[in-house]
Amino acid sequence: MNLFAIAIRNLMYRPLASLLTALSMALGVALVVLVLTISGVIEKSLERTSNVGYNLIIGSKGSPIQLVFNTVFFLSKPVENIPYSYYMEYLPGDGRQKEFERIGGELKDPERNGLYSFLMKGGFAIPICMGDYVDRFRCVATTPDYFEQLKHGDANDLPYTFSAGRNFVDYSEEHGFFEAVVGAEVAESLKLKLGDQVYAAHGAETGDTHSQGFTVVGILDRTGSPNDRGAFVNIEGFYLLEGHVAPDRDEESGLEKANTAVAPERESALSKVRLPIHQREVTAILLKPNGFAAIGLEKQVNKTKFAQAVSPIAQIEGLLGLFVRPLRWALLALTSLVCIVSAISILVSIYNSMNERKKDIAVMRALGASRDHITAIILLESLLIALAGGLVGWLAGHALGPLSNPWTMPATGVKIDWLSFNSTLEPLIIPGLVLIGTLAGVIPAVAAYRTPVAKSL
Amino acid sequence: MLLEIRDLKKSYAEPGGGKVPILDIAEFHVDEGEQVVLRGESGGGKTTLLHLISGLVQPDSGSIRLEGVELTGFSEAKRDRIRASKMGYVFQTFNLLPAFTALENVRLAMTFARRAVDGSRAKDLLARVGLSDRMHYLPSQLSVGQQQRVSVARALVNRPKLLLADEPTANVDPANQSRIIELIQSSCLEERVALLLVTHSDEVSKRFARVEQLGQLNRAAQRPLTQDAV
Repeated sequence: MNLFAIAIRNLMYRPLASLLTALSMALGVALVVLVLTISGVIEKSLERTSNVGYNLIIGSKGSPIQLVFNTVFFLSKPVENIPYSYYMEYLPGDGRQKEFERIGGELKDPERNGLYSFLMKGGFAIPICMGDYVDRFRCVATTPDYFEQLKHGDANDLPYTFSAGRNFVDYSEEHGFFEAVVGAEVAESLKLKLGDQVYAAHGAETGDTHSQGFTVVGILDRTGSPNDRGAFVNIEGFYLLEGHVAPDRDEESGLEKANTAVAPERESALSKVRLPIHQREVTAILLKPNGFAAIGLEKQVNKTKFAQAVSPIAQIEGLLGLFVRPLRWALLALTSLVCIVSAISILVSIYNSMNERKKDIAVMRALGASRDHITAIILLESLLIALAGGLVGWLAGHALGPLSNPWTMPATGVKIDWLSFNSTLEPLIIPGLVLIGTLAGVIPAVAAYRTPVAKSL
Repeated sequence: MLLEIRDLKKSYAEPGGGKVPILDIAEFHVDEGEQVVLRGESGGGKTTLLHLISGLVQPDSGSIRLEGVELTGFSEAKRDRIRASKMGYVFQTFNLLPAFTALENVRLAMTFARRAVDGSRAKDLLARVGLSDRMHYLPSQLSVGQQQRVSVARALVNRPKLLLADEPTANVDPANQSRIIELIQSSCLEERVALLLVTHSDEVSKRFARVEQLGQLNRAAQRPLTQDAV
């Protein structure tokens, strides 16, 4: 028999005490692993989503993080709108003129290119309008470019694909301007199929529902991004819905002019009449400028009075640095405290057993065991409880992660599997366990070391 | 001569700060293979003498030599090693470790002697004491007599030179008493181990050729005041 086997035998002789103390350590380690896994998933989810394929979001002045949350994650309340004509300033080349020709309406200097068009060569600008809901999901009004220009995935190199149907088009003979594409989560939750109608509701989940529906022409494959939770409708159709017409404003005061928020007359749902430019607004513009122009453009836009340019990656990084990572450290500190409490329970359990084991220790000493032998046996007992409990906790922590997939995956798009492993912090669990297991064993070991043999025999 | 004791003195501290002499032995020896019984009253210092010989306790002064080697000057660690390799110990209350089977109790002694555990040696000894079918039983599953036999096997497993037995029959019935003494004596003969057995039993003493009275050896016991204190 070696000292290791002797320590195991001693632990097995007190099965309940050993089991309970090991379980308390298992609980602590499981919590540590869960915190590491879940915070890793949140971080990964935020990082991959911030890698959206566009460099800047343009929106009205206000909270930059709200603009990012609203535009990228479909969270938080929508920000104020900006004029459609402002969006047109970002269209590359002669896009501004072409857009005017396509839509019509009132526009100053319609013959010139967009102010920022020279910075947008080879890039794109995609408008989105938000504020409505389809059931509990965000309704995102945009152009077909959203799924043609943007990509997704960790490397942001995967084109959007459809599990059924196709992308919506600017105008179709069958559905006019009223086509929609829904994310995988939306289709699954609302049991939508191609040809179904989705109806946007005003403002919130419980707001008034527009009578004009959009026909679902495409269902996206699952992407693991917030787009899984979006209902995307053609922006042209969205503008034609009641209440989506921007009123004329007084140039000096900026106040709305009465009775000007009126949509043009349309003979039928298939009419090709569009909402004029001056009656349109957008919530945000997704921009991919040419090369390194993004940095200069961001500064330039932020100097203006009513618009801001925000880099989603920078905002997400800021959010991670400001909240997510400190929160993770705080949770780790708390769960580590649970481990320390478990270590104390190991200490108490072994220490309490010392009284009844005084005679056993004295017998071992009489059989020739040195004080070092006895000390080593007690330390090994403490270590074994800590390591066995830690192993169970580690396995439990990793098992609980995948079990939570049905809830966390739709929300984050990140699948937790058995091997979701925090390569930086998790390897520290083992030396950590050895350390606290040893420390927990020190006091009982010293008590054992000092056991008076002659008196205890 | 295997064991030789000269001018051995041991006293214990009193709560008031003084010292109570408990042992004062001018000369005592045990030859190789010899079987000696040491008789004495309860509290007469018999167990203390065994603790001194085994190195569990250090004397105040005097000499204890085993195979001509002086033990009293050694460090505790070295005394532990000598006790593990050259001495066997049979206790009054058997003192088997309750978490370990009979076989493991025997093997434990080999572990502490830092010897490669020879499974067959432990099994042979248990078979010799009649426990071949009880090797994997826990002490709680063994009778009193069987427990004492395990403790004999455990004491002999490291092929010691000297077996110290502290009232090994104090807690057993008369029928078992003679069987256990017979077992210890015969085992020591077979293994050529010297035996120093402490008892206050007349029945046990009769079985030995050499019987020593601790009261006569111990000068501390001859002083009336000290005797009271002890």
